[in-house]
Formats: sequence, C-alpha cells, structure tokens
Amino acid sequence: MIINYFFPQFMHKDTGGKILLSLLALVTIMVIIFNFLIPLLLPEASSWHMPTYMVTLLGKYLCLALLAIALDLVWGYCGILSLGHAAFFALGGYAMGMYLMRQIGDRGVYGDPVLPDFMVFLNWSELPWYWYGFESFAFTALMILLVPGLLAYVFGWMTFRSRVTGVYLSIMTQALTYALMLAFFRNEMGLGGNNGLTDFKDILGFSLQSDSTRIVIFSLSAAALAMGYIASRFIVESKLGKTVVAIRDAELRTRFIGYKVENFKLWIFVFSAMLAGVAGALYVPQVGIINPGEFSPLNSIELAIWVAIGGRGTLFGAVIGALIVNYAKTYFTGALPELWLFALGTLFIVSTLYLPKGVVGLFERFQNRTENNKLEEKTA
Amino acid sequence: MKFISQKNNLGLHLIYIILCLIFATNVSAENNADLEKLIPQLQVKNFKKKIASVKQLAEINKPQSITILEALLDSRLYYQKADKSVVIIQKKDHKYEIFSPLDNTKIGLVEKKTIKKITTNNKLRKTIRTLLAQKKISHTELNIRQAALKEILTSSDASLLPVLQQAKKNESDESQKDLLTLAIALIEVDSKDNSIRLSAIKILGNSVFPRAKGKLEQVLLTNDQGSFIEQDKDIITASQKALKRINSKLSLFSNLETLFFGLSLGSVLLLAAIGLSITFGVMGVINMAHGELIMLGAYTTYLVQQAMPNDIGLSLIVAIPAAFIVSGLFGIAIERGVIRHLYGRPLETLLATFGISLLLQQMVRTLISAQNVPVITPSWLSGSLVFNPAFAITYNRIYIFFFALMVFALLMLILKKTSLGLQVRAVAKNRSMATAMGIKTQWVDSLTFGLGSGVAGVAGVALSQLTNVGPNLGQAYIIDSFMVVVFGGVENLWGTLVAAMTLGITNKFLEPWVGAVMSKIIVLIFLIIFIQKRPNGLFPQKGRSSGGH
Amino acid sequence: MNSFSQMQDKVRDVLRRDRTFNHTIVEENIFLQGTHSVHHNTLDASHGPVLYLEDVSVSFDGFQALNKLSLYIDDGELRCIIGPNGAGKTTMMDVITGKTRPDTGLVYFGQTMDLTQMAEHDIAIAGIGRKFQKPTIFPEHSVWENLELAMKTDKGVWHTLFTVLTSEQKDRIEEVMLIIGLQELCYARADLLSHGQKQWLEIGMLLMQDPRVLLVDEPVAGMTHQEMDRTAELLTSLAGKHSVVVVEHDMDFVRSIASQVTVLHEGSVLAEGTMDEVQNNQKVIEVYLGE
Repeated sequence: MIINYFFPQFMHKDTGGKILLSLLALVTIMVIIFNFLIPLLLPEASSWHMPTYMVTLLGKYLCLALLAIALDLVWGYCGILSLGHAAFFALGGYAMGMYLMRQIGDRGVYGDPVLPDFMVFLNWSELPWYWYGFESFAFTALMILLVPGLLAYVFGWMTFRSRVTGVYLSIMTQALTYALMLAFFRNEMGLGGNNGLTDFKDILGFSLQSDSTRIVIFSLSAAALAMGYIASRFIVESKLGKTVVAIRDAELRTRFIGYKVENFKLWIFVFSAMLAGVAGALYVPQVGIINPGEFSPLNSIELAIWVAIGGRGTLFGAVIGALIVNYAKTYFTGALPELWLFALGTLFIVSTLYLPKGVVGLFERFQNRTENNKLEEKTA
Repeated sequence: MKFISQKNNLGLHLIYIILCLIFATNVSAENNADLEKLIPQLQVKNFKKKIASVKQLAEINKPQSITILEALLDSRLYYQKADKSVVIIQKKDHKYEIFSPLDNTKIGLVEKKTIKKITTNNKLRKTIRTLLAQKKISHTELNIRQAALKEILTSSDASLLPVLQQAKKNESDESQKDLLTLAIALIEVDSKDNSIRLSAIKILGNSVFPRAKGKLEQVLLTNDQGSFIEQDKDIITASQKALKRINSKLSLFSNLETLFFGLSLGSVLLLAAIGLSITFGVMGVINMAHGELIMLGAYTTYLVQQAMPNDIGLSLIVAIPAAFIVSGLFGIAIERGVIRHLYGRPLETLLATFGISLLLQQMVRTLISAQNVPVITPSWLSGSLVFNPAFAITYNRIYIFFFALMVFALLMLILKKTSLGLQVRAVAKNRSMATAMGIKTQWVDSLTFGLGSGVAGVAGVALSQLTNVGPNLGQAYIIDSFMVVVFGGVENLWGTLVAAMTLGITNKFLEPWVGAVMSKIIVLIFLIIFIQKRPNGLFPQKGRSSGGH
Repeated sequence: MNSFSQMQDKVRDVLRRDRTFNHTIVEENIFLQGTHSVHHNTLDASHGPVLYLEDVSVSFDGFQALNKLSLYIDDGELRCIIGPNGAGKTTMMDVITGKTRPDTGLVYFGQTMDLTQMAEHDIAIAGIGRKFQKPTIFPEHSVWENLELAMKTDKGVWHTLFTVLTSEQKDRIEEVMLIIGLQELCYARADLLSHGQKQWLEIGMLLMQDPRVLLVDEPVAGMTHQEMDRTAELLTSLAGKHSVVVVEHDMDFVRSIASQVTVLHEGSVLAEGTMDEVQNNQKVIEVYLGE
C-alpha cells in the first residue's frame, strides 16, 4: 500500500485512522487553497469557496472530535468512564479565554487598560493574582496543558490510589465537574461568573473576526486533531497501551504480574485531560465565548455518547461519533428543537442496547459478512 | 391561586353578612341612643370638643364604638353633604360604599362629591389610638387583647404606660401578662427613675423580642468619639449584661434554627436518596433517571390537585399512593425495557438510564408544559410553629421531616419483615445462590426496582411542597442523592439515613459562613476526598475476598 | 494486659533466630539499583526458608479466616497445601501476595522483605508469582501479548511506552509458548481459548515472570488426565530452581507431585509431612471424614 508511505509504522494496520487523517488533510488543504490562497493571489477570480461560518462550524466539530478521542483513551482503552471530561475541556477553554480577555486591553466597554469589563462592573480595583501571566501567549499555552493536567493528576492520584473504580469513579468525576460548575458560576471566582468570558477581539494581534484568522484557527484545529490522533494511536499500539487494556479487562491480574496499576491509570488520565484542554482552548476562539455551562454534567455525559455511538476503543470511532452527533445536534436544534432531547435520549438507549460497538462495529460486522460471503462463493 | 383568593373573599363576605344580620337583630333591638347622640358631635370643627366626644364614645362599652373610632383613625369616617349624617365609607372602584355607623348596615353607593371627610389632627389621632389600645387591651376576648398588644409592642408609645399598667393588673392570661410586662419595660427604660430603668433593663434582658434588643442597643449608643451617650454607669453595665444575655439566647435559637434547617434538608435528601439506595445498593444498578422519577411524583401531585380542586387538603394524601404507583410503574417499565438487558454492564446502564432521564424530561415538557407548574400548599401544611419571636419553624418542613422518617421506617420494615424483603436481601447478597434456591430473581429485580422508583415518586410529592415543580426538578437532586448513597455506604439504609442528615446539617451550618453555593461546593469536595479515603462509605460491608477478580 | 501481650510479641520478634534487621544489612548493591531497577530489594534466602508466615491472623466481620497460621517454605521446595473449603487456603495466598493485609503476624520473603508492607506489584516484581483459582488472563489480547505483558522486565510507565521487544525477549516468549503448547494459537485472542488452554496460558504467564516463588491455586481444575500429567511434570521440573506452592483439591494429583504436604484447617496448620504421613494422621481423618 503506497499510502503507508505517509504514515508512521504503528499506523499501518489502522485503516480507519488512515482514511480519517487523509480526509482531514484533504479538507484542510482545500479550505486553505480555496478560501485563503486563491482570494489572496487572484482577488478578481470568484471561485468556489466554503462560507466562513461553515469553516468555523467545522473547526468547532474538529475540537469536539479531539475531546472525544481524549475520552476514548480513558474509557475505551482503560475502562474509566469519566463523566467529568468536559471539565478539562472547559479549563483549557478558560485559560484561552483569559488570554483573549487580556488581549482586549482598553477596547472594552469601560475602557480600563488592565481590568476586563466584568471586573470593572463589579467594582474590582485590581487584577486577581491568577490572572497574571495570561497576557503572554506562551504562558497561556503552558497553562492550557498544565491546569487540566494538574487537576487530573490530583484527582487521579487520590482516586486511583484508593482504588475507586467503575460507577463510583464515574459519579465522583461527575461530582467534580458539578462542583466546578457551581464554583465558576460565582462572581467571586473572578472569571466572569454567569456570563463567562466573551467579547474577544484578537489573538496574537490578528482580529478574530477576519476570515483569514478563522481559516488559520481551523487549520490549527485540524492539525491538533491529527496530532492528537497520531499520538493516541502511538500510545495504544505501544506496550503501555496493551497494559492499559489489560488493566481494563483484569486489573488484579495486571497488578499481580508487577504493574503499578495506579501509575498507568494516572498517566493516561492526565494525558487525556491535557488533550481535552487543548481541544477546549481551540474551541473558545471559534465560538467566541466560554461560560460555566461548559462544566455542566450534561456536556460530559453527552460526550460519552459520542464515543459510544462511534465505537469505543477504536479512536477513529470517537471522531466519527463526535461528528455525527454534533451534526445531528446542529440540525435538530435548528429545525426541530423540541425533538432534539428525544433524539438524544433515544440515541443513549439505542447505542447501549443495540450498538455495543457503535457505528464502527456495525461497519465491521457488515464487512465481515461480505467477506464470509465471498469465502463461501469461493469454496462453493 | 386566583381562584382561591376569590373564594376567600366570598367567605369573608359571607361572614360579614352574617355579622350584619346578628347586629341588625341584636343591636338595633338594644338602645342605641347613646351612640346616636354622640356620633353627630364628631362633626364639630373644634378639635377640643371632638376629643371630648371621642372620649365619651370610647366609654360606651359596645363593639360598634371601636368600629367608629377605627374608621375615624383611618380617615374613613365621612358625613353626607346632603343631610349631614355620619357614615363609614369603603372605596369601591371609583365610587364609595357607605355604611351606617350605628350598625354597619349598608346604606348605598355614592359619588365622591356627595360626602365629606371628618377631619382629624395629630392630637386627636393620638387620643384615639390610646383610647382604642385601652379598650382593646382590656377587651373580654383574648385574641383581641393579643392582637392589640402585638401592635403596641411594635411601636411602644410612652403615653400608653398607665393603660398597660392597668391592663396588667386585670390580666388573667399568663403569657399575655408576660408580654405586658415586656411592653411596660420597653417604655420604662426611658423613665427618669434609675431604679425603674434598671429593673426594666433586667426584664428586657430576659426577652428575645427583637425590639428588646433594639431598645438596649439604643441605650448603648455611642457618640462620634466612641463614648456612651448615656451617662449613668450602672445603666450601661446593666444594659451590656442584658444585651449579652439576649445575644447568647439569640445565637442559641439561631443555632437551633440552623439545626432544624439542616435536619429538614437532610430529610429531603433522605427522601430523594432512599429509593436510589435500594436500586443502587441492592441491585448494583445506577439509575440516572432516578431524579426524573422524583419529578414524575411531583407532577402526579400537580395532576391530582387539578383533578380535585375542591379538596386541596385531601389531594396531597391521595397524591402519595398515586405518585408511588406512577413512578413505580415507570420504574418497572425502565427495568424491564432497558436495565434488564444491561445487567453486568454498569457503565452502559448509567448511560442508558441517562437517556431515559432526557426522554422523561422532554415528555413532561411536551405533554404538560416547559414552565413550572403551580402546586398548591394545603392549609394544614402552611403557617409555622412559633416557639418565641426568635424561633419559628414552618409546618411543611416539620411534616416532611416526620414523613421522611416514616417512609424510612416503612422501607426498613418491608426489607426486614416481609418475604419480598427477604428475597431482595438474598438476591443482593448472592444472586446465583438465590436463583438456585428457587427465588425468581428477575421478578425480585423488577419489584425492587419498582419499590425504589415508587419511593422516588413519594419523595416527589414531598418536594412539590418545598420547591418549584418543573421539568428540571429531578436534575437538581440526582448528584446529591448519589453522594448520600455513596457516603452512607452501599447496601445500607441506616447509612443512608445518617449520611443524609449529616450532609444536610453540615451544609446548613456552613451556609452562614461561606454562602449557599460555596457550602455546597465544600460539601462536594469533602465527599470526593472522603470517598477516596473510604471507598465503601461510612458503614462498609466487609467481606471475605474470593480469588480471581 | 493488652500492652503486656504486645511487649511479648515484641520480645519474641527480637529474639527470633532467623530475623535480620535492616540496619545490620550492608547495602552493597546500592550502585546496582540503577541498572537493576526491577529488584528494589534483593532477596536473601541464604538461611534456608524463602517464605515465612508466622502467627498470621485475618478476620472478616467476625469470621476468622486465618488463625495464627505459621508456615515456612524452603528455597526450591515443592509444597502442596490441602484442606477443606474455608480452611483459609485462598486467604493465605491473598496475604502473601499483598491482596489482604493480616491483622497480626509476620510475612517475610527471604530474610529482609516484609511483605505486609509491600504493594501487590512490588511483591510480584520481587519474585512471587500467582495463578488464580479461576483462570484470569487478558481476554482481548492474543496469547503472545498475554505472555509479553507478563514478561520480566522494567514495568514502569515510561519504559512501557517506548519499549520494543528485543530478539532475546522474543525467543523467551517462543520458548514458553512451546512449554505450554500454545504455539499454534500464538495470535488467537485469549478469550477464545478452552478452559484448559486458559489454565496453561496463565501458567505460561507465571513462567514469563520468572518468579522465585510460584503460588498455584488449583492448577488442574478443568484439565484432562493427559494435561494433568503434563502439569505435574512441569511443576516438578520447576521445583529446585523455584519454590512452588500448590493448592489443590485433587488428591491423586497431589500424590503425584508432592513430597511435602501441609493440611490447613480453620485457618491454621493441622498437619504437615509426606502424603502418607498426612493421610494416616488421626486428626486429618477426622476433619475430612468426621463431618
């Protein structure tokens, strides 16, 4: 297969991943050529191009797909159903949001050179300490990884060490994100309370409203998704990946052959949280707002259903699931808003009862059947 | 709600008409000559004479004299321009209804311009107020005396001192006498005589009445330099001592109140969690739709009230079994339709039941309304039990506390004493062994789930009396309920009870310190840490570990 | 009274002849620890027994699973443990492998390693391997991967992320595969194996760990007579280089392999000796036949 030339060794058997990444690359290159290069080089030529809102929408989906990969790593491979993964996503988003707020400078409604509008509104006289540093992009980038990573580390260190597993762990993670949501709703938290952070102006000096910035952020999201996918594939194909699956299937056995299970769980949990943080950070400039609603337990649980619909433990299934469900959500909430919750609820039930391996499993079954038919034809 | 208030009005009118009839027959039969003679004299321009007539009027020992004086005080006493006859008016739309001052009979409906107000001045009003207080405070009816005293206590008027002292002498009711003492003390604090002041301060120190505290603080006011305006050192020390006494009493009562609020929250948590404790603990099944089963119970209450609008008081009693059946049936349907097919896959059960919770929410939104629905609180649940001015608890919370305990006891009884309970416990301990012994485990599972869900419905009935009933009602309680069950230890109803009460009380005691939201966050974080320290809850079930998994 | 008995315990602890105190050990392998990070603590079995259990008691909610159990396993010995249900055989293994912590008593591996203070994975790395009563293997992994995961090597997180199998390691896996007779099924998913094959795979995983002590819980359950004979052969061949502790119900099997048999009853040792001695022991007969 000539296509293997483009992919690292550990992906050669990953047909789904290869198709996925190729498509992703194709779409990204097309968007760059038609939406960016042609208008730049030949301003008169009115060729086909994707409307910018669609580019942004697609970019949003790609971020959510990256989040789905993050959950699939811990749930599909390690058996930890985290119902708080949206919290890591939101923390990454808030870190980015804080940077974007600082970028506004004195262009806010109240024109304060340092304080964001909501602080002026609340009569705060100075910037809280945790806002320092976010004027620097490098620091922000570090925090996007560090804050979700640290939370995952502390939470994971405590839970995995005391061997909280299964539904208990799921409920704990849900309580975690619920507590964070309540906290972020408070004005005293200094992060915009109810309204969150919004009215962003620019990023690294480029206006967020301009088409070219949006295309760049879209391309970055695509790149992040591709890199996240490749990194995750590398992990699950490594011996560490096999160990993690071993932990999922027979935790005690894994311990008794000498693996320190909690370290493995912690490692994969922290990595996954960081991935979710990156996804959140890329999501925020595209939607233009981050508020405490992102922490809501519903978001995390919905995320689990993307992964379940796509097919757990396959990585590309998570991406497919995220794209399908989110497209459906966009469609339904526009066309038939009352039906969306019915549809989502039904999805939950159908996917768990009838699609234990998700869409990917369905496809595989179909493939196997046709292969069997072929074999029968040959032998007959 | 509107309907009710109209009905109340109707009732008032009825009473009013009956009263009128009684007066019409009784009073008119008596000699009303004294009133007839005095009433026209109220019209005189001279206020001195007016005061004299008012005083005379007050001496007449008839209910009607109070009515007239009150009307005069409220500027509702008018005279008709045409024949100078005095009337009591009642504004109705843009016109005025007029009543006879002699017996309250309705005379007619007139325009504003045909009548003129009988004027009053400050001195007159003060006189009337004193006279009315005097009359009411020595009234034969105890409740009139109490109402009068309550009014006096909110605005102690030094001129009433002799009236109060007189009333105290004649008073037979003990609690009324105590209040009179307090009212007198409130006035005597400002007396000229130091010994009277001191004894008054001492009396105030024994009371938790808000004005007693206010009065003492007033005595202890300081000027800009921070020194006391009051000169007398004895008075200052006595007041400080009394104030300290009051404050320590008040803090005791506020602690009691917080404790009660905590128990009340705990009982709500208990109701919400106990059904979950059964399904989660006994069957190992996570039912994320548990909150929605509570919501269905609350909506059942609403529907029952819609069906029997004339018996609101009874409706709640009917709603309890109705909600149990509705939620229980839904629970059994969920178990048979979904959960049964997912045994041994707890994480999938969690997701599937979450899907069900979304469906149930949306169902209620579509079928009933996306808005909150009004659930009426029956009269026997409203109002509060007043221990003293600083400590009162509402009846609905008291009832729900005892109701929660009753539900708990009943469930205990079912699990410990009935054959269903025995089978449930057997299945919980060892499913395969129970099957081998001939227990129909599938049947037991359905019934257990139905029981747990039914209890959720009953919790919904109770919650409908405390919070808004809307499609999101259940979501607010689901995480809390899980926390209670996990904190208390699975398979342990006593643990659930202790956990619910502990969490409720902790939450309420934290609230004054850090605020409601923060206290919730602290409790959640505490629980996250606690469960990591003791993964099996407060009361873990220790068992012999078997090989393998 | 309580403090007195505690002191008694302490005195006995100090006076034990085979006890070596940590501070008296010369840490000569301090430089080796970097290269041989697999062994955090080297095994010192120079004084005979490799595994000590002394006065070990465990109770669950009033049920006394182990009652002052004392047991010594010599280096290279093959020992069979028998006993009726509830005698504490599995609990004993749980205590040795760190799954259950004893209420009282000492559990030492060699002279220096206090197993009651070590985590399961550390005990495994130190050289105690265990086969469960119910075969537990990794169902979604192939036979090869199961063996690869069990292999004795650095089991830290970062090492496992970047490691690649060396040719010696591959040879070792193939060697073990030959011993357990699953070379044909090398790439088959483990959950597709028969019950007996799963037993073999688990034994293979035990071999990959290359432990000093093997704890084997009911190895021949679900095996055919032929397979049983092969298992007996394998276990006896392992003895000598390794110490092997076998818990088994099948008396014929026990007779075919064991030189030394220990009978457990109600959480403590009832009798110890050769199979014939044990079978003629009056107390043992009472326990097995009297009820």
